Amino acid sequence: MMRRRVVVVGGGLAGLAATMKLAEDDIGVDLVSMVPVKRSHSVCAQGGINCCNKFTRAQGDSEWNHFDDTAYGGEFLNNQPPIKEMADWAPKIVDLLDRLGVPFNRSEEGNLAVRRFGGTLYKRTVYAGASTGQQLLYALDEQVRRFEVDGVVRKFEFWEFLGPLIDGQGACRGVVAQDMFSLEIRAFPADAVVMATGGCGLVFGKSTMSMVCTGGANARCYRAGAHYANGEFVQVHPTAIPGADKLRLISEAARGEAGRVWVPRRQGDARHPNDVPEAERWYFLEEKYPKYGNLVPRDIATREIFALCKNGYSVDPHNYAVYLDLTERATGIKREVLHKKLGNILEIYEQFVGTDPLGEPMKIFPAVHYSMGGLWVDYEKNHHTGGLNWDSPRNQQTNVPGLFAAGECDYQYHGANRLGANALLSCIFSGLLVGRALRAFVQNPPGGGAAALPAGLAERETARHKAAMDALLKRDGTENPYLLHRELGRLMTANVTVVRDNRDLRATLERLEELRERGQRAALSDRGDWTNQNLSFTRALGDMILLARVITEGALRRDECRGAHYKPEFEIPAPTADDPAELQRQALEWCRRYQRQNDEWLKTTLARWTPAGPEFSYEPVECHLIPPRPRTYGVRGAEVIEQVWRAMSPARGNPGGAAGAEAAGAAIGGRA
Amino acid sequence: MNDQAQRTISVRVRRQDRRGSAGYWQTFRIAHQPNMNVISLLQEIAARPVTVEGRHTAPVVYDSNCLENVCGSCSMVINGRARQACNTLVDALLAERPQVEIAPLSKFPVVRDLFVDRSRMFDALKKVRAWIPVDTYGPIGEGPVVAPEDAATRYDLSRCMTCGCCLEVCPQVNHRSEFIGPQAIGQAALFNLHPTGAMNSGPRLEALMEPGGISDCGNAQNCVKACPKQVPLTWAIGKVGRDTTLHAIRRWLMK
Repeated sequence: MMRRRVVVVGGGLAGLAATMKLAEDDIGVDLVSMVPVKRSHSVCAQGGINCCNKFTRAQGDSEWNHFDDTAYGGEFLNNQPPIKEMADWAPKIVDLLDRLGVPFNRSEEGNLAVRRFGGTLYKRTVYAGASTGQQLLYALDEQVRRFEVDGVVRKFEFWEFLGPLIDGQGACRGVVAQDMFSLEIRAFPADAVVMATGGCGLVFGKSTMSMVCTGGANARCYRAGAHYANGEFVQVHPTAIPGADKLRLISEAARGEAGRVWVPRRQGDARHPNDVPEAERWYFLEEKYPKYGNLVPRDIATREIFALCKNGYSVDPHNYAVYLDLTERATGIKREVLHKKLGNILEIYEQFVGTDPLGEPMKIFPAVHYSMGGLWVDYEKNHHTGGLNWDSPRNQQTNVPGLFAAGECDYQYHGANRLGANALLSCIFSGLLVGRALRAFVQNPPGGGAAALPAGLAERETARHKAAMDALLKRDGTENPYLLHRELGRLMTANVTVVRDNRDLRATLERLEELRERGQRAALSDRGDWTNQNLSFTRALGDMILLARVITEGALRRDECRGAHYKPEFEIPAPTADDPAELQRQALEWCRRYQRQNDEWLKTTLARWTPAGPEFSYEPVECHLIPPRPRTYGVRGAEVIEQVWRAMSPARGNPGGAAGAEAAGAAIGGRA
Repeated sequence: MNDQAQRTISVRVRRQDRRGSAGYWQTFRIAHQPNMNVISLLQEIAARPVTVEGRHTAPVVYDSNCLENVCGSCSMVINGRARQACNTLVDALLAERPQVEIAPLSKFPVVRDLFVDRSRMFDALKKVRAWIPVDTYGPIGEGPVVAPEDAATRYDLSRCMTCGCCLEVCPQVNHRSEFIGPQAIGQAALFNLHPTGAMNSGPRLEALMEPGGISDCGNAQNCVKACPKQVPLTWAIGKVGRDTTLHAIRRWLMK
């Protein structure tokens, strides 16, 4: 029998995990990627990968706790069956990576070394120096190369995805892609297609993401009918180095290994940081969040740094920046020890800034880092475990039959905010999961699969993309695509990142429409037919503007604060009272508002492409195992709020609800 | 020339339109900004591709991705030295000489401008079987225990990002030679050092005992100096050299 064939687009961790899983089951894979897969953006992940491990288990940790941290950290916007399954699989995935030869750091006894990351109290993160993503990517790349030698996998590197092949019944039957050297456009028929094309950081101009992370492939699927979910949730990482061409990440591992964030207590203090005495340093995260300290979830650390700089505490007279301090004086840890654990990020800082980050504090500022939103994908719950039915072809499938998505390009695992070191996990997990889902799916693909492609479909679609390219190559106009991209980046960074305001968002939508129109007039400075990067970039600019609209309008519509999405206008005011009875009353009021907010907004945003712009709808989030509870990191009166909330929702699996609130109100005896 | 008064930088770029066509130079003048790297110079050229003579030209084609010295894409010859364009800072270059000069790697076929074809390096990874052959991707338990020192050595070797700088500076890598280059030898060492990989080190060593293998190394030791990730390449070459000798003797004794 002819081998079944799947097209995987993108060769980062998710794409490679899917490919090796499929190849192991002798399903052929055409792996299409704009870069040699070994150079994919996953290499940039630094800090590590989370799993409940034997050390944390000995301290009482469990997969359930990892699941709980992931749900709580994501402010309950992540569907629980997939994240429960992911947490359950995390230790097994790390075992697999260990068997594949990833050079994880080791304890003295030869076990995997662990460190702590944000949003948890356990040392749940295993790591390979400070380039864990690079090391994991290489391990999977090596496995895929093994299958390439065997002929099960065919690689098409330096090929750009132009769009899915959609048949008359609306099913995906393959892809159309372009050779980035010869500009040849051809169809790749397939029994199923997996998108594993990462995030869309370049929508914000400069970010911590790599140059291929335009979101272009996602936008092309959205344009072809795939739903885009939770686009407005964009993670801004608290600690990056500002640069002329990109913003370079300084991993959360720096804080996991005792790095401390601070500013001088006096605004505009011009002294060298090493000359600022201990008493005059303001370790603001440690002060405000004594439980989590410097390892509060990313959205919270980012907002604190941003607000402080806005209030005049920036440590750089020309830019916004705060100190991230890894010197022995601040951490009490010797230089050699930190070098072993963080070498890669120390090098990055030294190379790009020119000062020794162990000799003086680093200057850092938040940067756009991760897309929690992405292509909507389905799952099938296992009613017995509460996790997933591992064999279901519904897992990771978009609303377009035959079109699957995995990794950062799907929306599934991180809710409103991703926890550090959960990205590598979710990418590998969803890649392996989609591989398994396809094992069932390709036995009976829509319309008979790759072997029975409808007559003329491939030719028609190839011709359509060719015509669009020719039109773009010939287009005259006065606009410059690179300068338009900078404008887009400035607009989106200013208005749709850390703090959001409805008036600004409305104005941004208008500006985006203007940018879209001007984008139609962008002319190429290279009209050649060989390795035309100008063509590829200008095409992606249109995609970025399309996604920018989905992100911005999603943000405008969502009138609440949740994880990375922060609108001060809709923030529930924290209790202020000192008097216990009054504090109790305020906490009850807080909980009622939080409940109302959940009733209205604890749902997934879905955007569907129409010629007139995105059409929005919402679907409920499945919180069947852990009832949503207030995310109270650092909120004043947190204990009282939590106590009131528990009283409102007495039984696990029976979240608050209006009736619960009434009962709690009656029990406490306070009615506003 | 760098004219401080105008704060502009002169950037001379080697260009080539197609595979096999003749190369030529173009010079651009770019406004100086603080903290510029070579990538940002190329980005500025792309945004306004006009030469010093005022000629409108196509943006310079180059390979890049992560821009933080970890993906290995943007290797170029910058002011005569093979390195990554992303972590080469312009102010440091200007301290050496007034003009920035950028050329493609010379040991690889040029695709266009600064973009070269490095597929031979990926083919070399196939040749030395640079992977751990596991039985299954299913959950069958933990990996082997590894001593921290061995893990550290393997990590140092595993940072190789296939960038090509070591091949570029190696006198033994040239159009008359089949030498596989330092990168693949380093990777063979990486996998032979793993407990599972050690069980199938034979085929890796044999691949390096063929023509173009380890015996073609001339011990110039340029590779280790040029490596942007400080991969211990000469150590790996020494180790693999000894191992191939032992392997040859063992094979002869087993005859």
